Amino acid sequence: MTLPATASPAGLPLAGNGEATLSTETATRPSLAPSWWSRLAVRFESLVVLAILIVVLSVLSPYFLSISNFLNILLATAVIGVLAYGATFVIAAAGIDLSLGSVLGLSGVVGALSINQVGLPWPFGIVLCLVTGAACGLINGLLNTRAGIPAFIATLGMLGVARGLALVLTNGVPVYGLADPVVYLGQGRPFGIPTPVIIFLAVGAIAHFVLAYTRFGKYALVIGDNESAARAMGVRVERHRVSLYVVSGTMAGIAGLLFIARVNSGDPTAGLNYELTAITATILGGTNLFGGRATIIGTLIGALIMGVLQNGLNLLAVSSFYQQMAIGSVLILAVWLDQLNRRRRMR
Amino acid sequence: MSLLEIADVKKHFGSVEALRGVTFSVEPGEVVGLVGDNGAGKSTLMKTITGVYTPDAGSIRFDGIQLNGKQPGEIRALGIEMIYQDLALARMQDVASNIFLGREPTRRVLGTPIRIIDRTRIEQEADVMIRKLGARVPSVQYIVGQLSGGQQQSVAIARALTFNPKLVIMDEPTAALAVREVEHVLELIRELKRENIAIVLISHRLTDVFAVCDRIVALRQGVVVADDPIAATSMNAVVAHIVGAA
Repeated sequence: MTLPATASPAGLPLAGNGEATLSTETATRPSLAPSWWSRLAVRFESLVVLAILIVVLSVLSPYFLSISNFLNILLATAVIGVLAYGATFVIAAAGIDLSLGSVLGLSGVVGALSINQVGLPWPFGIVLCLVTGAACGLINGLLNTRAGIPAFIATLGMLGVARGLALVLTNGVPVYGLADPVVYLGQGRPFGIPTPVIIFLAVGAIAHFVLAYTRFGKYALVIGDNESAARAMGVRVERHRVSLYVVSGTMAGIAGLLFIARVNSGDPTAGLNYELTAITATILGGTNLFGGRATIIGTLIGALIMGVLQNGLNLLAVSSFYQQMAIGSVLILAVWLDQLNRRRRMR
Repeated sequence: MSLLEIADVKKHFGSVEALRGVTFSVEPGEVVGLVGDNGAGKSTLMKTITGVYTPDAGSIRFDGIQLNGKQPGEIRALGIEMIYQDLALARMQDVASNIFLGREPTRRVLGTPIRIIDRTRIEQEADVMIRKLGARVPSVQYIVGQLSGGQQQSVAIARALTFNPKLVIMDEPTAALAVREVEHVLELIRELKRENIAIVLISHRLTDVFAVCDRIVALRQGVVVADDPIAATSMNAVVAHIVGAA
């Protein structure tokens, strides 16, 4: 269908006439040509923030700067990071998924119960973790696109329902004891690297590939950019949105699996408020809260900022109560800075 | 057989009847002006043709193929392109991505069934198209939102012409342009006609319509009130049809 480079659909009249151009204006600045890092769309600021955090914490705490602590940070970031990948896909298309933390909890509980109580072989437990997450995402997506419920409300409802269901299934009591191979996913250290870190980075690599190089990722961004244009150009917007929520739910399922594997139990309260941290990491990474611009590498950096921040506050013996406040403040700050930037660019 | 045959198409939104049985046709290579007051149903009719809206009743045939129930992507693939009044561009994406939006060529990754967008090909072909149009877009890698209004329109036009359309629908293509730029658009329409590409031109500017069209169709309150060859009508007659004084 596409035309070969030589085929002219029309010997267009505007060519070959220097003056007769549709747009007589030229670009205002030569700097419009995107540099290599702006094509990656990694927000430069987020790298700076990460670097400053690392320097400051290195000075403040003698324990901060070490390979083992760095692996600790990565380990602690893994669960949040995988959730943030999911958030990135949804926010790229101008959606939102507030149910991430609860779906993490429910997926973990379902996985743990199926292995521990039902006695299914452990691979089924793993699959059920992911399927539960995907199913929650599917429901979110269908509520949003078919029932026309705003994503904010649909996923907020799911936040309550999934958490409640996790508590009902377990009577509110954690399910202890999983099969060894599952525990290995959370506690193993092949080549000295914690397994969750490997999974975190591997999932990140796949997510980056999908978002940056495939039609699936491109259409997510275009829907977030201009939904009616996407529809007019033949993108199946509703169907695509549902898929994006399924991706986000599946990410929550993977995160749930990592969580239960690390603590060797399915805790119905696992992942409480994690959506807050995950969405903060996503926005810190340069993803536009209103869609159209998003990268997984940015999200990875954002998640690392959150991980480094929490690790540093722990090392400095700051109460976890204050840490909650810190995360909330960072989210507000990140969005505020983005708005300032936007307003400056508009002028 | 006509290229586009619209027969008794109806469309309502809630209790509002936007189209109350529209019938008209477009021949290959013909330039048809579609005029009417605000709310007459012009844009609704065009979006019904391109598949953005589904008609409640009636039939739309293009090249003998029934369009009812087809998706916008399938209808584009058949050879109908539309240049929207708001241009329908993804402003955070670059020029090349916009020109190939919805039709990105893909290639296999290392011979696996996994397919990725063929960035090199998109940039090359988008560049060829932009050059052909003579549009002063410095690079197809520029982000569309950073281009001027005229440049953005060039991108929208390039997108509509890249895939050898048989029918191009233009919704108010001259409304936002400077006088000089208007002439270029009109010249483009004449050139497309010489290439035997049919055009439906929606415009409020009757001078433009009379300058390039073969035939004028006037819509009023969701029905066709006039369908005359340019030679058989006049500016006054068309205005009378638009406002309902005829």
